[in-house]
Amino acid sequence: MVGEIFPYLFVFERMVFVEKGKKDYSDYAVVMEQIVKKFPGVLANDHVDLFVKRGEIHALVGENGAGKTTLMSQLYGLINPNSGKIYINGVETKIKNPNDAITAKIGMVHQHFMLVDRLSVVENVVLGMEPSRGPFFAIDKARDQIKKLSKRFGLYVEPNAIIEDLPVGSQQRVEIIKVLYRGAEILVLDEPTAVLTPQETEELFKILRTLKSQGKTIIFITHKLHEIMAVTDSVTVMRLGKVTGIVKTSETNSRELARMMVGRDVLLRVEKDKAKVGTEIFKVEDLHVKENRGIEAVKGVNLSVRRGEIVGVAGVAGNGQTELVEAITGLRKVEEGHVIFKKTNITNISPKRRREMGMGHIPEDRLKHGLVTSFPLYYNFILGRHDSPQFCDGSFLKMPEIKRSSEELVKRFDVRPPSIDILGANLSGGNQQKVIIAREFSFNPDFMAVAQPTRGLDIGAIEFIHKTIISMRDKGVGILLVSMELEEIFSLSDRILVMYEGQIMGEVTPDATSTEEIGLMMAGHRLEDLRAQEA
Amino acid sequence: MNAWIQAIINVFINPIFYKSTLNQSTPLIFAALGGVYSETTGVVNIALEGIMLIGAFGGVVGSYFTGNPWYGLAVALLLGVSMAALHAWASIRYSGDQIISGAAIILLAQGITGFSLVELFGKPGSTDLVRSIPLVNLGSFEKTPFFGKIFGSLSPLVYIAFASVIFSWYLIYKTKLGLRMRSVGNNPEAADTLGINVYNIRYFGVLMSGILAACGGAFLSIGELGQFTENMSNGRGFIALAAMIIGNWSPTGAMWAAILFGAASAFNDQLQSQGILHLATNTQYLFGMIPYIITLIVVGGLVGKSRAPSADGIPYIKD
Ligand SMILES: Nc1ncnc2c1ncn2[C@@H]1O[C@H](COP(=O)(O)OP(=O)(O)OP(=O)(O)O)[C@@H](O)[C@H]1O
Ligand SMILES: [Mg+2]
Repeated sequence: MVGEIFPYLFVFERMVFVEKGKKDYSDYAVVMEQIVKKFPGVLANDHVDLFVKRGEIHALVGENGAGKTTLMSQLYGLINPNSGKIYINGVETKIKNPNDAITAKIGMVHQHFMLVDRLSVVENVVLGMEPSRGPFFAIDKARDQIKKLSKRFGLYVEPNAIIEDLPVGSQQRVEIIKVLYRGAEILVLDEPTAVLTPQETEELFKILRTLKSQGKTIIFITHKLHEIMAVTDSVTVMRLGKVTGIVKTSETNSRELARMMVGRDVLLRVEKDKAKVGTEIFKVEDLHVKENRGIEAVKGVNLSVRRGEIVGVAGVAGNGQTELVEAITGLRKVEEGHVIFKKTNITNISPKRRREMGMGHIPEDRLKHGLVTSFPLYYNFILGRHDSPQFCDGSFLKMPEIKRSSEELVKRFDVRPPSIDILGANLSGGNQQKVIIAREFSFNPDFMAVAQPTRGLDIGAIEFIHKTIISMRDKGVGILLVSMELEEIFSLSDRILVMYEGQIMGEVTPDATSTEEIGLMMAGHRLEDLRAQEA
Repeated sequence: MNAWIQAIINVFINPIFYKSTLNQSTPLIFAALGGVYSETTGVVNIALEGIMLIGAFGGVVGSYFTGNPWYGLAVALLLGVSMAALHAWASIRYSGDQIISGAAIILLAQGITGFSLVELFGKPGSTDLVRSIPLVNLGSFEKTPFFGKIFGSLSPLVYIAFASVIFSWYLIYKTKLGLRMRSVGNNPEAADTLGINVYNIRYFGVLMSGILAACGGAFLSIGELGQFTENMSNGRGFIALAAMIIGNWSPTGAMWAAILFGAASAFNDQLQSQGILHLATNTQYLFGMIPYIITLIVVGGLVGKSRAPSADGIPYIKD
C-alpha cells in the first residue's frame, strides 16, 4: 500500500541494499549514481540513480520534461553532469564526450535522428570509423561489414540508398546498425517508436529481442505503456528530474506504471458525452492535391465537419493525410476541388485569412510548422495573431498584454517549466506541443484541423490534450482529427474516415465498427466491399 | 549580319581562343575549387575575391624581392592562408556571420594591397614588372598545327589547376577526410555525436580555400605578365562562387562551370579584336557583360537542380 502511494520507496530500499553491498556493480552494464544536471532555471536531473543489469531491456519512462533525454545525453557524453558518477560494467568511467562513450561500447539512437541526409547508408554507418585502404576510404569493406551486421541482427537496409530517400523506419535501422558497427554492447534508444507505424514498431521489437538474445544491454525510452509491457525486463520511472520508481516489468501492470509516471490515476481513455452536433461548418469537395515530387497524393476526397463533432481520419502514415491537412489549412496548393468554410469558398485564400475567419491548425511537425524555436514562449503564443488589436496597437506590440496573456496560458495549459521567457527550443517535446495547443485554442476558433496532436507525449499530457479537444468540441468547435494512432481515433472521434492512397475508404462510427474493420480499410479495402462480404 | 557570323566563325577556328580559354579559366578553377573545399565543410566563403587579390599581390611582391617567381608563389600562398585563417577564426571559432566576415576580408585585402602598392612601389595603379613563372614549353610539339598553338607553351599553373581538380575529387569523394568534410557540411551535430571534430574539419576546408584562391590570384599576376594592378581580381572571386554553385559544389562540376566562364570571356576578347566588325571602343563594356549574362541564364536555368550542403553558412555551436 505504502509502496503504491509512494513508489519512490522502492528506490529507497534498493539504494540501501546497494550501499551495504559495498558497491559491487559488476552485474550491471550501466550504473548512474546520484547524477545532477542543472540547466538555467531547471534542475533537469536531481540526484538520479539508474541501474541497468547486463543483458536486459530496461525501460526509462516518465513525463515529458522528466529528464530522460538529459540523463541519456550524459551517458553518451553529449553533455556533462554537474555531479554524479557513471559505472560501466562495474568500473567507474568518465564519459566526457561521445568518443569516450564509443570507447566504453555505448551507442545511442537519438530522439531526433542523427543522420547525414545526403550521404548513403554505408557512409553514415561508418562515418568516424571508416575502414581504409591506403589513403582511401574502402567503401567495399564497409559495405561487407554492414551486410554482415544486417544479417546477424535481422536489420534489413540497402547499403547504397541515400538516407533522405528512406522512410523513417529504415532510417532508424540505419541508426541501430551505426551503433552496432561501433561495437556497442549497451544501446540507448530514445523514443524510437514515437515516429513509427505499428508495423514498424513490431519490426523494431523483433530486432530488440534479437539484440538481447545476443547479450546486448538496451535502455529503451518510451511513453507507451503497452510497449513497456511487451519488451522490457525492468523499468525506471522518472518524474520532475527525480527517480520515482524502479520495478520489474513482470511485477507491475499498465495502471501502476501510469500512476508512477504521473503521480495520480490517469484515464487511459477519456470519457465524453454524446456529441451535440450543429450545422455544417467545413467541407471539402472532390479535393485533389499533389505531394512534393508532383505525384497526386490526395485523389478526390470529400468530407464535411459539423459544429460540435470530431471527425477522425485514420490511416497508415503516408497515405495523403499530411497533404490533405496542408491543403485545408492553405499551406499546399489545391489542384482540383473546393474547400468550403462557413459557406465561403476558401480554396485559394491565404492561411492568414483562414485564421481570421476562425480556422485553427495543430500541425503534424511541431518544430517545422508549429513553433519558432528561437523565440521565447510569449512570442510563440501570439504567432498568427500578432497584429490583432489585443496584441498590437497598429505599429507596436503591446508587450505587457502579450506577457500577461502568456502567463495565463502557461498556467492554464500546465506548461513546464512555467516560464514564458524560455526559448521554444529548450522545452521538452511534450511541452512544445502544449504551447501550440494553448495558442490555437486561445484563438477561439470555430474549426480546427488537428494533426497528430499527441505524438511523443506522455500519458498525462495525452489525457490533458484529449480532454481539451473534447471540451472544445462541447463548446461547438468542429474538429478534424488526423492521427496514425488508432487508439486516439477511437477514443476521440464521433465519426471515423479511413484514408488509403489518397482516397477515403469509408466512414464508420466508433461504436459500429471494430479495430479489424478499420485495419482492413487502412490496408485498402472499401467499406462497401467489406460489408457486402459480411452480408 | 554576315560579318557577325564570319567573325564568330573566325573566333572558333582560331587556336588562340582555346588557349585564352585555358588561361582565363585557370584562376576561376582555383578559386571555385577553394569555394568547394570551404562550403563542403559548411563555411560560406565570399572572401575568395579578397584572397585572390592578396594572392596576386603577394606573388608580385615575393618575385620582386627575391627575383624568384616561385618564391613569389610561396608568398602568395602564405598571405592567402593567413586571410583564410582570419575568416576561419571569425566564423568558426567565434561563430560570426560568414557573409560579414567574408565581406570584411575583401575590404581588408583591397585596403592592404592598395596601401602597400604605393608604399613598396612608390606609385598607385600598378607595380613594376617582375619575373613571372616560366612557361612550360613543349619543344617541337609547339610546331604542331592548331594544338601546338594551344598547348605549346602554357603556365605550369594551368596544369596544376587541372591536377588540383582531380586531386580534390579523390579527396572529397574517396577518402575518409572527404567523407568527414561532407558530413560536417551537412549535419555537424550528427558528425559530432560520432566523435568527429567539427571545428578542425571546418578549419581545414577554409584554409584549403585560402591556398587555392591565392594560387588563382598568383596566376593573374605572375602567371604570364609579371605585374600587379590595383583591384586585379576584378570580380573573379564572385564568378568563381557562381561556378561553384553551378557545378553543384563538386570539384569537377565547378571546373566545367569555370571553363564555361573562361570561354565566355575569351570569346568576348577575341570577338572584339575582329577587325571586320568595326566596333566602337565603347562597346567593350557591353561585351564585358557576356560572362555575367551567361551566369544569369545558367543559374536561372539551374535553380533547384543544384543544392548547397545543408549546413552551409550555419555556424556550429556546441552547448
Ligand atoms: N539545453 C537546454 N537548456 C535549458 N533547458 C533544457 C535544455 N535541455 C533540456 N532542458 C530542460 O530540461 C528538462 C528535461 O528535459 P529532457 O529533454 O531531458 O526531458 P525528457 O524526459 O526527455 O522529455 P520528453 O519525453 O518530452 O522527451 C526540461 O524541463 C527541459 O525543458
Ligand atoms: Mg526526450
